Amino acid sequence: MENNWTQEVRKRKLIEKIFLGTVLSGTLIAIVPLVLVLGYVFIKGFSALDFNFFTQLPAPVGEPGGGMGNAIVGTFIIVGLSCLVGLPIGIFGGIWLALYGQGKRGFFIRYAADVLSSIPSIVIGIFAYVLLVATLKHFSALAGGFALGVIMIPTVTRTTEELVKMVPRTLYEAGLALGIPEWKVILKIVFRTAWAGIFTGIMLSVARIMGETAPLLFTAFNSMYWNFRIDEPMASMTVQIYNYAISPFADWNAKAWAGSLTLVMIVLGITIVVRKFSRRVSYG
Amino acid sequence: MLLLLLLLLLLIKSSLGFKTFGFGFFFSSAWDPLHDVFGALPFIYGTIMSSLIALLIALPLGLSCSIYLAEISHSKFKEHIATMIDLLAAIPSVVYGLWGIFVLAPALGGPSLLTGGVILSIMLLPTITAISREVIQAVPHNLRESALALGATKWETFKLAVFGPALSGIVGAVILGLGRALGETMAVTMVIGNRPAISPSLFAPAYTLASVIANEFAEATSEVNLSVLVELGLILLVITVIVNGIARILVWKTTGHKK
Amino acid sequence: MLKKLSVLLLGLSLFASIACANMLNGAGATFPYPIYVKWNKMFADKTGIKVNYQGIGSGGGVQQFSAGVTDFGGSDAPMTDKEIAKAGGNVLHVPTVMGAVVVIYNLPGNPKVKLDGETLADIFQGKIKNWQQVDRSLPDLEIKVCHRSDGSGTTSIFTGYLAKVSLDWASNVGAGKAVAWPTGIGGKGNSGVAGSVKNIKGAIGYVELSYAMTNDLPMASLKNKAGVYVKASLDSTSAAASGALDSKAMKKLVEAGDFRLDLNNAPGKDSYPIVGMTWLLVHKTQNNSAKGQDLVAYLKWALTDGQKYAADLLYAPLPKNIAAKVLEQVDTIKI
Repeated sequence: MENNWTQEVRKRKLIEKIFLGTVLSGTLIAIVPLVLVLGYVFIKGFSALDFNFFTQLPAPVGEPGGGMGNAIVGTFIIVGLSCLVGLPIGIFGGIWLALYGQGKRGFFIRYAADVLSSIPSIVIGIFAYVLLVATLKHFSALAGGFALGVIMIPTVTRTTEELVKMVPRTLYEAGLALGIPEWKVILKIVFRTAWAGIFTGIMLSVARIMGETAPLLFTAFNSMYWNFRIDEPMASMTVQIYNYAISPFADWNAKAWAGSLTLVMIVLGITIVVRKFSRRVSYG
Repeated sequence: MLLLLLLLLLLIKSSLGFKTFGFGFFFSSAWDPLHDVFGALPFIYGTIMSSLIALLIALPLGLSCSIYLAEISHSKFKEHIATMIDLLAAIPSVVYGLWGIFVLAPALGGPSLLTGGVILSIMLLPTITAISREVIQAVPHNLRESALALGATKWETFKLAVFGPALSGIVGAVILGLGRALGETMAVTMVIGNRPAISPSLFAPAYTLASVIANEFAEATSEVNLSVLVELGLILLVITVIVNGIARILVWKTTGHKK
Repeated sequence: MLKKLSVLLLGLSLFASIACANMLNGAGATFPYPIYVKWNKMFADKTGIKVNYQGIGSGGGVQQFSAGVTDFGGSDAPMTDKEIAKAGGNVLHVPTVMGAVVVIYNLPGNPKVKLDGETLADIFQGKIKNWQQVDRSLPDLEIKVCHRSDGSGTTSIFTGYLAKVSLDWASNVGAGKAVAWPTGIGGKGNSGVAGSVKNIKGAIGYVELSYAMTNDLPMASLKNKAGVYVKASLDSTSAAASGALDSKAMKKLVEAGDFRLDLNNAPGKDSYPIVGMTWLLVHKTQNNSAKGQDLVAYLKWALTDGQKYAADLLYAPLPKNIAAKVLEQVDTIKI
């Protein structure tokens, strides 16, 4: 009897140990790729980075030097354009859903946003090509910005809706009771209150689209020059990294690592800062 | 509105391909741009297989992480791990691809279905971990506490009190991960080998729906070719939307709110 | 905040639209990409005219040019009459340089490899699977075929050659910018194939000469029409071109202003067998006269001063008599 009992305990303890061990090792294994990916990006990227990388145009094959300056600027312009497309639609959509979206129409729009968010970004790229490139007969930064903007819409809508809903309805009603026009109440009271949170959501989605490559391949295309015209093809960091990564030229491979480092720093930077910021907003 | 426009345009653009090849398109594995003969099967196969491989790897790891974070660890260290895994999600796809070409593919014997699956699994980890964690944490505390009060070990508590209620949510997390894997483009394109053929070996190169669009869309050689690529895009869209729909429903059921 | 940002952006883009001159946009073949990048830089430094060329593959070059998305296309496979008709007719093929397509491989110790046309065709059909079947002295290693995943003029030149030397290839696979490859791994662009071969043990692939040279990738010697094994070089490319262009049929085409010339499997003991021309595709009638003028200036510069840079990047310049003929045609472009 006594013996059986201790055996049972031993068995249970063993199983517990196996369980904990499996879970812990699984967690550790899961962290390995992160360390590897970031490690390589930092080491390989750092050795290829120099000042010229940020300021110069790509150099012809076989010539030393050159950089990704135009692609870095290009990425920011394209992301700026996508904000122009994605933010108004996303924010207004979110506010509308939060305030009036209880009925069937609200359900339908929410559902549409869900579907839109699950569409692969490359398919959005096809959409932008068909809509803006094939018809205007021009690869353009605008088409790229549009594609990324469409990708932003569902995230921004969802965040805005959730945060506007968190604004006490009494605030909205008090405003209306004071005789303030509805649009003013929404803009000055509801939106202002929710703004900090919405901004967080926007920045996170900006960080996400900044890393998108697929929808840009056949919309914003690529360019070897400084370009500030939104109706012309424009270089972006991601497309440039892709081209350099698959190339056989050692110098270009190195530039791909340097580009990745730059991109990862920007994207992770935004993500980390915004997370800190948002935690302060929601908890304190 | 935008969504309708999107669907409409894709339908119009793909109609030529559909008219030419009909339903046989889904079951044909021909891909011969020279003679304008196309079939979708190798791409559907490659897409699904690479995603399944990714799930097979990411599921145990992601689940371990989420159990560790939700059930076991109470140290400060835990938030750092959570953050690190979340950061995996923020790294752009093309950076994974670059790493895949120069580090992962050489280690796995060149570009192949397996290489594509492994790189995808890394990209899925954060999705599966984050959502499973949330689902597990949503399991009512009194269940857990009753089990612990009865002297159950952590494993027994998990098995008896947590796993059951969280199961459908975890399945949801997995399917959501699947949805993401299906549509992932750049990293896979860079390491899968881009070969439109079905091979029984995991070490053989393959092709996915998203990759073939990325590679060939800007340079489709004929009307039919272009239309076929749009049709592939449409197939991809339908698959991912359905998969995501199922996943969302499962996750809502357990957590009780939309994610 | 948002409003300010958008106003700023709009203002910036408006300002930029006014400040920048027109840019010529072209895309296509990756085969001549290195030299076009060089030309564009030199030309922009000299004249201030910016020509943006992106290597997306010849298939894409033809497609985007036909769709009117680019101002000019680049291709090393000539457009067929049907393609020209679909693009609205009126297309001028302007040859720019000639180059060799070389067979590259990745074997431990870089042993020398010699191939004839039939063997090459068998390898790319997957009939020969191991390097030892090619030559006993080579390592016992699986052959991993690398080819293009995009529509490619390099593929067109390469498969054109295989179809010429192997009946089997001609009937089973055929020649074109994109074919149904019986085996292998697809890579995007000349870059992608060279990159794959460089990274995969036992790989074999085909790329334009300069891609192999700049990467120190070993190249196979190929058996030419005269039965001699020849390595690709600037000289063997030029020899092939002059051998091929010596025929009556070719001369007739050139006289008629049709520069879609096939240089594969040329006669002559010094000729490298896989050689092709690369073309810029332009409309004979230009809609936008400012852009048209820039384009003609660019073409003329490329056919004269630009030719000097060809040899440095391992392309063979056009023979003088051909370049002169092409210039005549460029002068007929209506602006």
